[in-house]
Amino acid sequence: MMALETALRVAMILTVVGLVCACIRLIIGPSRSDRVVSLDLITVLLVAIAAQLAMLYKVAAYLDLGLAIALVGFLATVAFARYIETAEHGYTTADTRAGTGTTDGVITETGSLQEKTNAENLK
Amino acid sequence: MDIVISVFLLAGGAFAAIAGVGLLRFPDVLMRMHASTKAGTLGVGLSVVSAAIFFGDDLITTKVVLIVLFILFTAPVAAHLIGRAAYRTKTPLWSPTVFDDQSDSDSTDHRENK
Repeated sequence: MMALETALRVAMILTVVGLVCACIRLIIGPSRSDRVVSLDLITVLLVAIAAQLAMLYKVAAYLDLGLAIALVGFLATVAFARYIETAEHGYTTADTRAGTGTTDGVITETGSLQEKTNAENLK
Repeated sequence: MDIVISVFLLAGGAFAAIAGVGLLRFPDVLMRMHASTKAGTLGVGLSVVSAAIFFGDDLITTKVVLIVLFILFTAPVAAHLIGRAAYRTKTPLWSPTVFDDQSDSDSTDHRENK
């Protein structure tokens, strides 16, 4: 029984490490897509936390909580993905295609050109 | 039985931590998605299955199978939607990327300068 409790605590610590990494990516993530990906991982890891809490307190009702979190998290991810796709810019202007134009001579120029054509298409 | 539960728990926690570290360390949205969706799903599946073994009850095992099936069905759909949205909004790829499979293939291309 002692080994099981130790394993449970270690597993919870590891899961929380994953959650903290996801929260850091949620804060610093340069594009909106990064933030949605990290939110998706946070909801998925919360299901794992719920299962571990069920084992820690020996209350099986926490598994229902995990099922509900999984349902709502999937809907949230789908809604955010649709929102990103229909919004004007999915990224901050600071990192606009930075470094992607390996064959293009002037990277910033192509970025600004792309921005302009997008803006014109929207009008 | 305790050893089996402990192994499942530790493997689940390790995969959860790997998913988080991959999400933090990879250079690109699509690579971060690769880390978070696959490793995260496996970590959650192992944790929930260890809970099923821990309780050893029919009803709880049914719930756990339901959770695992639901996550296995919805995680690829969500990842596909996020990836499509990230590509269509021209989120920057990693700078050493040399080949973009979609770039000159179809009319839905938004990356070329027209």
